[in-house]
Amino acid sequence: MTQAAIHRAPRPKGDLHTETQVVSMGPSHPATHGTVKIMLEIDGEEIVEMDVQIGYLHRGFEKECESGTWYQAIPYTDRLNYNSAILANLAFCMSVEKLLGCEIPRRGQWVRTLASELSRMGDHLTRLGAACLELGAMTPFLYGIEARELCWDLQEMLCGARVTSNYVRIGGIQRDVTPGFLERLRSSLARIEELLADFDKVVTSNRIFVDRFRNTGMLPLEKLISYGVTGPLLRAAGVPLDLRKAEPYLVYDEIDFDVPIGTTGDNYDRFLVCQEELVQSIRIMRACAPVLEKTLGEPVNVADPRIRWPGKDRVFGRMEELIQQFKGVTEGIRVPAGEAYAAVESPNGELGFYVVSDGTGKPYKVRCRPPSFANVAPMRDMLIGGMLADIVPTFDMINMIGGECDR
Amino acid sequence: MAGADELLATVRSLLGGDVLDAHTHLGDATVLVPAGRARECLQRLRDDPNLAFNLLVDLTAVDYLGREPRFELVYHLASLDLAPPDGEPCRIRHRLRVKAGVPEKPCEADSVASLWDAANWYEREVYDLYGVVFRGHPDLRRILLYDEFQGHPLRKDYPKERRQPLVGPRN
Repeated sequence: MTQAAIHRAPRPKGDLHTETQVVSMGPSHPATHGTVKIMLEIDGEEIVEMDVQIGYLHRGFEKECESGTWYQAIPYTDRLNYNSAILANLAFCMSVEKLLGCEIPRRGQWVRTLASELSRMGDHLTRLGAACLELGAMTPFLYGIEARELCWDLQEMLCGARVTSNYVRIGGIQRDVTPGFLERLRSSLARIEELLADFDKVVTSNRIFVDRFRNTGMLPLEKLISYGVTGPLLRAAGVPLDLRKAEPYLVYDEIDFDVPIGTTGDNYDRFLVCQEELVQSIRIMRACAPVLEKTLGEPVNVADPRIRWPGKDRVFGRMEELIQQFKGVTEGIRVPAGEAYAAVESPNGELGFYVVSDGTGKPYKVRCRPPSFANVAPMRDMLIGGMLADIVPTFDMINMIGGECDR
Repeated sequence: MAGADELLATVRSLLGGDVLDAHTHLGDATVLVPAGRARECLQRLRDDPNLAFNLLVDLTAVDYLGREPRFELVYHLASLDLAPPDGEPCRIRHRLRVKAGVPEKPCEADSVASLWDAANWYEREVYDLYGVVFRGHPDLRRILLYDEFQGHPLRKDYPKERRQPLVGPRN
């Protein structure tokens, strides 16, 4: 008998009169960093039934993409998961590149790998920091956010924007990294490691924190698989699935890194998995830096001007390149008719794009497979029978990003 | 199983006459099955011990306005190896795209929510945005849009600029 069923059973005679009550949590609740409405039926402190209502941030992403050119969809992908915009850029561009059948140069792939990990760090730091804040711990949040600032400063050096990067391009990247960036990367990573150590000291073995996270929000493994849950949630339950290893893309098969896993799959395991993934991201970025120093000056974009138009220095000086640029901007690139699905490992799990082209300059269909959506769906099953107070840590570790979940 | 072509051969022998079309394009294996048989085919793909498609990665629809059948449901399946050798990361054995046409009238398909829990929300989304009704779905209601919304915005004949009435809070 589940806990919920026990509570629905008739009470013995002489017991105090109790009845369940319905509480509406959200859509804008101070203890959740995502716009979601949760209708709860509670019996005292225990959750009897809940309905998770999403959609508050639905902007019609797919409809909007169908009305512009392929390039014009990239800024929209920034606004899916605004904590790790580069990864959404990357997944979309990889699916279009699959249709085009183009392979980007080696240096471009190394830069993309570095940018992906930077993005992943920003996301994980927000998840961990905000989780502490929402449980009432301000100090670790500040450590997390200071580290995230360093990531965002680096991202700003990379592409000029702190949040909505618009960095990855179909057939390459917006611009190459500079030697100054790599220097800054080294010093920032060292500082981030210090901050992570401080964060670890304050949080990981803190009694209050552990009590709130341990044994909450669990779901049996077969349920997680049935719900299509991926990412740290699945890894915390002991399944070492990471697309960077399972289906290596970019240059991940040339870099040495580990896939951390948990055992029980509770919120505490999820927290520890994310913490370790930060360490692994640092390791990957450290491996990227020397390669980028060695290959300085090599191309990062495909040479085909029909896919990636020529650099400004050539556009302003030569006729042919000017025409190519003009056609690329006004008509958009032509993508051969067909369909393709490409996926990357985002901080929340498998982030995939299924694109359909009819051969014109506009996408026929752009479908984003959002990991947040798949991960929020099992939240009801994770929490029924649990305590009201378990909602916040579970929701934090699911890391639902409204922009990505609702599109 | 290595290549997509080998995978398709296995799928063909499993589903037999239900395969209307099977091809690999850019490395993605795709099969087209009849709409009325989609649920049955998906169940066999899931339960077959060699294929074992335990993960429903994605479910969406595409509106091919002017073509018959008008809609196409697109299931992305993956077969995840849950017992990798000790210390090794998990492999995805294979991926498969299953497509099934859905006519405009009646715009209905069978629900697979009893096969994968993930289908519950995905089907609600397809119903919400494309108007495909899933028979046997436990809780078919809008998910991203509000209940009073009229029409299904991802249909190609839904104009992008259409305004909808503002609806106040219900309580």
